Amino acid sequence: MSTDSNKGIKFTEQLQSTAINIDPDLKKRANDFLKDAELPTTRNEAWKYTRLAKLNKVAFVQNEDTSLSRSFEIDREACRITFVNGNLATNLSDLKLPEGVNIVRLRGNQHEQFKLKTNPEELFGAINLSYLSDGIYIHVSKKVKVDQPIEIIHVLKGSDVISNFKTIIKAEEFSQVNIIQGFFAEDGASSCFMNNSLEIDVMDNAILSLDKIQDENKEAFHISNEMIDQQKDSTFTINTHTLNGGLVRNNLNIRVLGTNCSTNLFGTYLLNGRQHVDNHTVVDHKVPHCESNELYKGVMNDQSTGVFNGKVFVREDAQKINAFQSNANILLSDTASINSKPELEIYADDVKCSHGSTTGQLDEEAIYYLQTRGISKTSARNLLIRAFVEEVLENIANENVRQFTESRLNDRFNWAL
Amino acid sequence: MIKIQNLHASVEGKEILRGLDLEIKAGEIHAIMGPNGSGKSTLASVLAGREDYEITEGSVEFDGQDLLDMDTEERAREGLFLAFQYPVEIPGVSNINFLRTALNEKREYLGQEAMSAKDFMAMVREKSALVELDPKLASRSVNEGFSGGEKKRNEIFQMAMLEPKLAILDETDSGLDIDALRIVANGVNTLKSKDNATIVITHYQRLLDYIVPDYVHVLFDGKIVKTGPKELALELEEKGYDWIKEELAQ
Ligand SMILES: Nc1ncnc2c1ncn2[C@@H]1O[C@H](COP(=O)(O)OP(=O)(O)OP(=O)(O)O)[C@@H](O)[C@H]1O
Ligand SMILES: [Mg+2]
Repeated sequence: MSTDSNKGIKFTEQLQSTAINIDPDLKKRANDFLKDAELPTTRNEAWKYTRLAKLNKVAFVQNEDTSLSRSFEIDREACRITFVNGNLATNLSDLKLPEGVNIVRLRGNQHEQFKLKTNPEELFGAINLSYLSDGIYIHVSKKVKVDQPIEIIHVLKGSDVISNFKTIIKAEEFSQVNIIQGFFAEDGASSCFMNNSLEIDVMDNAILSLDKIQDENKEAFHISNEMIDQQKDSTFTINTHTLNGGLVRNNLNIRVLGTNCSTNLFGTYLLNGRQHVDNHTVVDHKVPHCESNELYKGVMNDQSTGVFNGKVFVREDAQKINAFQSNANILLSDTASINSKPELEIYADDVKCSHGSTTGQLDEEAIYYLQTRGISKTSARNLLIRAFVEEVLENIANENVRQFTESRLNDRFNWAL
Repeated sequence: MIKIQNLHASVEGKEILRGLDLEIKAGEIHAIMGPNGSGKSTLASVLAGREDYEITEGSVEFDGQDLLDMDTEERAREGLFLAFQYPVEIPGVSNINFLRTALNEKREYLGQEAMSAKDFMAMVREKSALVELDPKLASRSVNEGFSGGEKKRNEIFQMAMLEPKLAILDETDSGLDIDALRIVANGVNTLKSKDNATIVITHYQRLLDYIVPDYVHVLFDGKIVKTGPKELALELEEKGYDWIKEELAQ
């Protein structure tokens, strides 16, 4: 065990362990792991470009006050449940669920048993299990096409508050559902931390789309660990749009376990100031006859930094796979930076795969052309940035979510729509 | 309308315009011809406000104001328009979207109210019909995947939408077939009024059959070296530029 006091996990010292015990075996392993866990440094390959040292400067606390000065919503037509710092805000939550959808709160749950996918020997997964604030299990029944989207809103509020939250989703055979996750911060929230965990099972022939909007603030920490298993003939689509945040890390892990699946990953990150956003994605093709399609785009200004690390595995038995992956970035200033690493690891021989990464600046010729038509330099730049991210935004099938995203981008960057 | 006096401009330390004089009055059409590399596009770029060029001497007065003192977008809002020799493609930015932004920024600059969506669309229909531009092209990304001729027509469509006081057409005729040429010329002639003026840069007298200039200028080595009536264009096409070089040598 290391005696180096800088490396130990200090930021959790004030936290109370959770009473929630959804997978006792796993929780015990997490607790054991945390006893002598250390903060990963940039020498650790998985954290090479994301410095976590800042976390240890904050002594996080839990806070059960759920009052908010305003409400948060993305799709006004959705069935909405709101959590503040990981605690259910009853007054901001709909009681009536759409037909075929059942939701169980993890706090106080006696009936449901879960076999979790979380790795208890990974720091943030372990912290999440050990200090779980609350969580929900969303179950969509067989053959139900849920017309109303389910929207789970998380709001950070106060100072130095941590939310450890877990969402478990199971979409049964032949079901179809759109789930929205919105992450926000109340005005004045300072140094808060959303340690988020998501586990999804997409069963045979089910279609699940997840729209994830990250719109916290420039001081917020956000770490997401997302584990998705897809069974045969299923479709999973995730749109991850990071509009605001201080230090953001998304670990998205998709295992394609059944044949004839379709997997779509779309994301944008639009950063200014000193924001840092790190997307680590894994698509693991274990079986044949599947396709995956990944497109992430980033726009970075000021001293912001982005990281994209996308891995696609095509295992030995996974023939006839079509896998596409692309990451494109625009740097708006000399001091912004991106580390982009798309990786394909292919062990099968009859596959169609491609990957690519580009980083550039706005096209000066195009800006000049637009200026000669009377458009100011700022508007010209905004038109080009918008055009650049539009290719990703147009994949949001839920019209209300797309409009929300576009109008927030408009508020934040004054982009002409 | 515009008065250019003793204009000198360089790029990367190389002097391209070397004392150019030109005056154009409202209602006039001027043609500028000249060999490759003589500085025709450079003149157009300098007037439009491209930053790559350094103005070392001279002045340009546009409608009583100092043109060289204005930003590119300000010049456009004051009524200057350049139809590019090589229009750029801008993937993802729709023609219509950007034109609406351009029109409204111009109107705001001039203290006018923004145009309603309905009036704007009516204008798009009218002006695209004028240059026989397929309405589908009007809503596509700016010039992306357009043929050479479609790009040129799109330039004239934009000109029609922006209703400039002074339009500079830089080799808008190059690469056009005879039908497209007639359409483009028709657009220019329809938009012509006693209050606006046009500079037509071309290598071919053919265009000047359709857009009849009041004056033809020869630009050579960064200067206007000869000015004449429209017949000068015919003479240049027949005899080339050598006789002008000889005249100059004397
Ligand atoms: N950005 C630049 N950098 C370097 N040289 C330049 C640049 N722009 C123009 N030039 C040079 O200036 C000279 C004039 O070019 P310009 O494009 O104005 O000629 P032009 O009369 O329009 O020719 P053409 O008939 O071929 O269109 C040429 O020698 C050209 O190479
Ligand atoms: Mg030229």
